[in-house]
Amino acid sequence: MKKKGIYQFKSSKKESKEYTLSVLTENKAGLLNHLTIIFNRRKINIDSLNVSTTEIKGVSRFTIVVQANKEKIIKILNQINKLIDVLGAFLYEEGETYYQEIALYKLSTKIFLKGDNVEKIVRKNGAKILIIEEDHTIIQKTGTKLETQKLYNELEKFGSILEFVRSGRVAVSKSKRKTKNFIKELEKIKSNKLNIK
Amino acid sequence: MKKISGSDAIMQVLLNEGVQTIFGYPGGAIMPIYDALYDYSDKLNHILARHEQGAIHAAQGYSRVSGKVGVCFATSGPGATNLITGLADAQIDSTPLVCITGQVPSHLLGTDAFQESDVIGISMPVTKWNHQITNADEIPEIMSKAFYIAASGRPGPVLIDITKDAQFAKMKFTYKKCEKIRSYHPYPILNKDSIKKASDLINNSKKPLILVGQGVLLSNAEKELIQFSEKSGIPMASTLLGLSAISCNHKNYVGYLGMHGNYGPNIKTNEADLLIAIGMRFDDRVTGDTSRYGINAKIIHIEIDPSEINKIIKADVAVNADAKQALINLLPFINKNEYKNWINEFKKCDEIEFNKIIKKELNHKSKKIKMTEVIHLISEMTNGKSIIVTDVGQHQMIASRYYKFTKPKSNITSGGLGTMGFALPASMGAKLGQPKREVIAIIGDGGIQMTIQELATISQYNIGVKIIILNNNFLGMVRQWQELFFENRYSFTEMKNPDFPKIAEGYGIKNNKVENKSKLKKCIKELLDYKNAYLLEIVVEKEENVFPMVASGDSVSNIRLE
Repeated sequence: MKKKGIYQFKSSKKESKEYTLSVLTENKAGLLNHLTIIFNRRKINIDSLNVSTTEIKGVSRFTIVVQANKEKIIKILNQINKLIDVLGAFLYEEGETYYQEIALYKLSTKIFLKGDNVEKIVRKNGAKILIIEEDHTIIQKTGTKLETQKLYNELEKFGSILEFVRSGRVAVSKSKRKTKNFIKELEKIKSNKLNIK
Repeated sequence: MKKISGSDAIMQVLLNEGVQTIFGYPGGAIMPIYDALYDYSDKLNHILARHEQGAIHAAQGYSRVSGKVGVCFATSGPGATNLITGLADAQIDSTPLVCITGQVPSHLLGTDAFQESDVIGISMPVTKWNHQITNADEIPEIMSKAFYIAASGRPGPVLIDITKDAQFAKMKFTYKKCEKIRSYHPYPILNKDSIKKASDLINNSKKPLILVGQGVLLSNAEKELIQFSEKSGIPMASTLLGLSAISCNHKNYVGYLGMHGNYGPNIKTNEADLLIAIGMRFDDRVTGDTSRYGINAKIIHIEIDPSEINKIIKADVAVNADAKQALINLLPFINKNEYKNWINEFKKCDEIEFNKIIKKELNHKSKKIKMTEVIHLISEMTNGKSIIVTDVGQHQMIASRYYKFTKPKSNITSGGLGTMGFALPASMGAKLGQPKREVIAIIGDGGIQMTIQELATISQYNIGVKIIILNNNFLGMVRQWQELFFENRYSFTEMKNPDFPKIAEGYGIKNNKVENKSKLKKCIKELLDYKNAYLLEIVVEKEENVFPMVASGDSVSNIRLE
């Protein structure tokens, strides 16, 4: 969906689904506040949020995951696109993106010494051991929330997870759009002033 | 290159942007700007309001009648927070403003310094854009962006917060007007296909109706709208903020839409087979219950702001464009047509409304004065040529119903936000924006007391506004709802009011009071003939109700005549 367009919603389905919003913005202080105001005003809770600068200087990307119905999410998308410093907001349903989260698990190093069970679990889950210190060991796993949760549940059986953190989602779309080209095209569009013939 | 202070740079920006009038109120954190202003008083006309809310409403009134960007100054902390109501009002009613607030020095930001408030955070949801300047070098670029953003596309208020150190700091000033922001596209590229689809619907409709919104006034499309309506033969109805875009005397004008609008356009909304909405946003006061709105109609929505399209009412054809641009492009595709029978149906509705409501209102036997007859008289005595500034409540709805506007940009009111206290300051801004036109503020006894201090501003600057207080000693609209929907439980709506003429006297404003119907016309004539500000208190019937009425949440078809 382009910044300038009107998002046509075909059906006004009321059922709540998970959506991923990817928002490219100018790197400006206060934008996060601006974005959260839009969700807050409509009583929509943000499930996951990731903000980061992009490969393009001065451009940031917000990746926001929310539960909402289609009608509501499109109105939110339009409001986001309306923000002056937003370059473009894109809406994805399940299956339209590749996404990952990263989780870190801090375990007591002692449990690795009681046989190879923990190590097997780590390997089986495609996780890796990041750091081993005398008193603690850090495991890193990337994946979906389900996958990182599964590893958590398995490790939890040993009763020794000291700390667990999970990042917000990062997502790339399956579309062919190139971010740099998108910005270039934006700069070219002549919609800055009214041209009445 | 000679360096100038940040404050001088602000003055230079204002001159470069063609600003002539500023409304404001000084204070600690904006003192350097006021100090610079002192040297520019021959070029920039600053109006010292008596409250920042007064200043911003005045800037709104100024903008609404002139089409220019309204400019407002306020200090940090309480000065800035007092602007919030006006910002919210300007945001929802699409009024272009640039508000400049002083801020504590940048090294004190976030320290709870004296008169520090997080103005950027507070104003974020009620501005089109805001920005804090902490470095004087930023001033030219940010200020030019501010004016560009405020005025372009769907207009709105912009707030620029400038720290005191940035006002003092020296900088090299060069100015270039902002013409483009890569993340902001105010004028959508017109989709010719949507024009074609819209014209197909228009040319094949049997009972089409044009809904005129403020977008027509904002894009100066009054002439194009008339051409479109006259060629297509399609009747036009107006929203509250669209009033005055077309003369109420135009043969295709069929009245005012919404909760207290005219009978015809409301019930015909559900008989029409096509609604052509131009620069309006289907406010709930227009639509009533949306599930029972336009039930037989296809919808064409001509609207510059894409987020308004499909927001409330799903459009069958969306023309995402400036109203004027859309109408110019649409016109060649429209077949010449007439809808005599259809327009006659509206006329029949007008007769019903006249017989059931208007006749009784205007020809009653009571000695007491009714609000309706006041407005009717003013409308006749001014030939519908005045600028009417209204506050919020019963008098507002009656003024909208009974004043027969004949000139554009003449109806100044707080529509979306419904801000009581709007009219008095807005009227002084309106008079300064259009000094040659008659500006009449019509205000209730409740609303006037919310910003009554602005009488001092009117007096100090000899602003020749005509102020009419319609006094029923009640918060009339709330009382009406209490009567109709809350079993006559008049909870805190009755008011013991001051002696308004005496108050005007105290401010040095010519005044009068009228209670007797027989003296009404004479008193209004005296007010209109007077060359300077004049306050006339008109004591009106205590418990009048405004009808017709679409009850909140009801269908427009169920508009009540009594």
